Amino acid sequence: MTSEFATIQLLNGVSYGLLLFMLSSGLTLIFSMMGVLNFAHTSFYMLGAYLAYTISGVVGFWPALVIAPLVVGGLGAVFERYSLRKVHKWGHVPELLVTFGLSYLILELVQLIWGRSTVPYGLPVQLQGPLFTLYGTQFPKSRSFIMLVSLVMLASVWLLLTRTRIGLLIQAALTHPHMVEALGHNVPRVFMLVFGGGCALAGLAGVIGGNTYVTEPAMAGSVGSIIFVVVVVGGMGSLAGAFLASLLIGVVQTFAVALDHSMASVLKDTAMAITPDSFIYPLASLTISQVAPILPYLFLVLILIFRPKGLLGTRED
Amino acid sequence: MAGNNKAFYSFEPINVGRYVIWSLFALVLAVAPLLFTSSLALTMLSQIGYLIIILLSYNILLGQGGMLSFGHAVYVGLGSFVAIHAMNLAAKGAIPVPLVLIPVVGGLAGMFFAALFGFVTTKKSGTTFAMITLGIGELVASMALMFPGFFGGEGGITTNRVYGAKFLGLDFGPQIQVYYLVAVYCFLCTAGMYAFTGTPLGRILNAVRDNPERVEFVGYNTQRVRYLAFIVAGFFAGIGGGLAAINFEIVNAVDSLSGIRSGGYLLFAFLGGAVFFFGPIIGAVLLVFASILLSELSKAWLLYLGLAFLFMVMYAPGGVASLIMMNLRVAHFGKLRRLWVSYLALAGTALAMVLGLAAVVEMIYHIQLNSALGPVVPFMGAKLNTQSPDTWVGAVFVVLTGAGLFEVTRRGFKQQWDMIQEDIEREIKRREAA
Amino acid sequence: MRADGQGGATRWALELKDLRKSFGKTDIIRGVDLQVAAGERVAIIGPNGAGKSTLFNLISGRLEPSSGQVLLHGQRIDGKKPYEINRLGLSRSFQITNIFGRLSTFENLRCALLWSQGYRYTFLRFLSGLQDVNERAEELLSRIHLERKRDVLAMNLTYAEQRALEVGITIAGGASVILLDEPTAGMSREETRRFIALIKEVTVGKTLLTVEHDMGVVFGLAEKIAVVVYGEVIAFDTPDKVRANQRVQEAYLGSVVAAQQAGGH
Repeated sequence: MTSEFATIQLLNGVSYGLLLFMLSSGLTLIFSMMGVLNFAHTSFYMLGAYLAYTISGVVGFWPALVIAPLVVGGLGAVFERYSLRKVHKWGHVPELLVTFGLSYLILELVQLIWGRSTVPYGLPVQLQGPLFTLYGTQFPKSRSFIMLVSLVMLASVWLLLTRTRIGLLIQAALTHPHMVEALGHNVPRVFMLVFGGGCALAGLAGVIGGNTYVTEPAMAGSVGSIIFVVVVVGGMGSLAGAFLASLLIGVVQTFAVALDHSMASVLKDTAMAITPDSFIYPLASLTISQVAPILPYLFLVLILIFRPKGLLGTRED
Repeated sequence: MAGNNKAFYSFEPINVGRYVIWSLFALVLAVAPLLFTSSLALTMLSQIGYLIIILLSYNILLGQGGMLSFGHAVYVGLGSFVAIHAMNLAAKGAIPVPLVLIPVVGGLAGMFFAALFGFVTTKKSGTTFAMITLGIGELVASMALMFPGFFGGEGGITTNRVYGAKFLGLDFGPQIQVYYLVAVYCFLCTAGMYAFTGTPLGRILNAVRDNPERVEFVGYNTQRVRYLAFIVAGFFAGIGGGLAAINFEIVNAVDSLSGIRSGGYLLFAFLGGAVFFFGPIIGAVLLVFASILLSELSKAWLLYLGLAFLFMVMYAPGGVASLIMMNLRVAHFGKLRRLWVSYLALAGTALAMVLGLAAVVEMIYHIQLNSALGPVVPFMGAKLNTQSPDTWVGAVFVVLTGAGLFEVTRRGFKQQWDMIQEDIEREIKRREAA
Repeated sequence: MRADGQGGATRWALELKDLRKSFGKTDIIRGVDLQVAAGERVAIIGPNGAGKSTLFNLISGRLEPSSGQVLLHGQRIDGKKPYEINRLGLSRSFQITNIFGRLSTFENLRCALLWSQGYRYTFLRFLSGLQDVNERAEELLSRIHLERKRDVLAMNLTYAEQRALEVGITIAGGASVILLDEPTAGMSREETRRFIALIKEVTVGKTLLTVEHDMGVVFGLAEKIAVVVYGEVIAFDTPDKVRANQRVQEAYLGSVVAAQQAGGH
């Protein structure tokens, strides 16, 4: 592993991690505020990608970057108003179930409208090609764009929450919704705003992630479980924890996929070499890249055993 | 002495003739294949049989324990895999396990893995628990590709259920014999899980569902209660998995361990009704009917399922079982007759809505998939022209009108229903005072 | 057993030693020392926000102390989980009714009994066959006068009935130290009167600590009163001595008693 390779991989990992954070931050905000775990969160991500694909086919990518998240946010707000709110009084399990049903529904609708195979949602001309090249390894413009958008978006959200009046309201309602309601604010409307906002964030992630990565019906499910792992590993309700966990998992995952070493290959020329007929050979011959898909879930298990609160968890569930 | 003055505020017809109900259940299981003799029916009945076990085991977590799991397929699937390997080993003579005991092997495997993963999973409750089950489910599903020896890679593991000595003259080759094997296990497991609800652990599990904090203050470690319930559920899940392995003679990691499979268990257990013990039994029947018959009718069956589920969660969270029980209660007080007209109206408008929606959906699918065949879609005897705007407008009109009328009817129905409930409450109070 | 001045083994039923609790930088409980003898009936009073419920939460294990000790019959229980403390003989009720809503009244009591009767996590026996548990549950049911509501779902009981059930669940396990958190909260005068009689009946021979606001209840029920103000116990004595205590009058009692005497009750 050369240092150039490591640097590029690190940047890739960070950009992937920032994308994960964009998704998990919206999820965390909704959860912190409303206690609702939006099972359909990554479905909105998928919706953002598909909508961007269609819209950019009509007016181009750059307008789609703005329009698609707004549409997704609007749909989220509508869902909150007409469906989630009805179920709110029955507790968290029905809320989770209703978002689970929504995820099913969105998946089927997407497949109905756009088909079951991947769609050619491509990068606009300005984002194609490498940003820079390091000794032969490229760092694509698209990934740096993801990093840029993520950081800008998150900075804006942070500013919104801490510097504006509506943001202060949201922060207050985050920990004391009843008090805020007693003070005369329309908490249901704030909830709708937050839910819609979280979904819009997810949609934005879809717009920028969909053309860098692949846009297909399975994208919601595949990133969905990782996002939940991020949120649990980071600590339920902790934005900083989600940030840390997203970067951690993003970087580790990216590195792991690129490494072809296995326990057997490392020990190959040593005294402890593991031969093909040895009992643990099937396990030891697994390369890191083969194991990569399960790494986030291994994290989950380890965190639960050794630090159940999560990395930076604040709430006790 | 207390006990003679029982006032029934919860409707429990099960108290009446408990033996009758169980005998009826056994009778239905025994007689069903004699009434429905086609091979399709036999396949469906077999599947219903072991899905009853699986969904009931799921409801130990959901309905009785308040634990929402998105990863139940892991324990069913691992039960299937261990069972199928056991069958192959037994066929070679390596282990002396007859086919009739293979489901028990599956159950023990389910129990083992539930004990293993459950330790970590039940450390948390509520939404976190749900997410952990999802994570563990993905973990196991992903691991399947890493160990092709055990999981058989893409092709899965196959077996032959006809091996070894015959059991009471049966070799379990024909489907009918498999059905009766499934039916016996179904009856025993249902009885076992029902018995569980009447044990101290079962009852404390209900208490944990209702008020986990309070349980700690009466001396119980809620985490331990959940963990033990998880293991019990895993045991029965494994039995179901073992029967599935026997039935299909093949187990495939992508199907059996997937989050989609887990989601399906959740969906139908809930649809059937998580609040009542027999709800998941209804759910199992619905599952098999939907996946085998409904999927033939329309490619969009999952869409309809999702919509049905969503409406159930919002309007009837107790599932089909609760709808039945509520109406039985109304009937018990002699007031069901009042609702006939409303029900007909609801059914009619709902039908219109569904038909309109189905027409739109079929047309969209046709455009997407079969456009080479021309613009005409056959739909319930009529022909819809996807290129004619009139057809579209017509279909959408039907949907919207149906929806509007349904909402109007629903409100009227709700008013009627609430009035009847008030009448019933008054009647109950009157009877209590008398 | 009372303390003997010779420094021999003292066995208070409940003892708090310099108990403190802070949330972040806010000190809620600022060093509480308390010794309650076995069989004593203590009322804990104080202004809102003084920390009375927090004290109960610390004792019963719902919260962990920041520092200090809680001893139950001489054994340290601070830092233990609620179920561990309950198994050692301390049981508490809640200010906001905390029952098992979807179980019947009878089932509620039976669940509260199971552990103390030794049935643990067993799934190999039927509840209907546990004669000792069922008899005790029936007995409890009649003691709290809810026989007529035996099979009613707990969530369908009236408020006063739910409070009675709350107490029933608390005493079911046979704990020797009972903590009742505002048991008569939200009750009418008549309901309170009857409820206090019930409490006296069912806690005979037990050590009782109650948080109360109703002074009539306090003076009628308690042998000793602990006055909690601003996270500290400023007085712990018999009702008469507490009434006469200067600090208490200043801090809390005077205005309340004066108001009640003026209003007449």
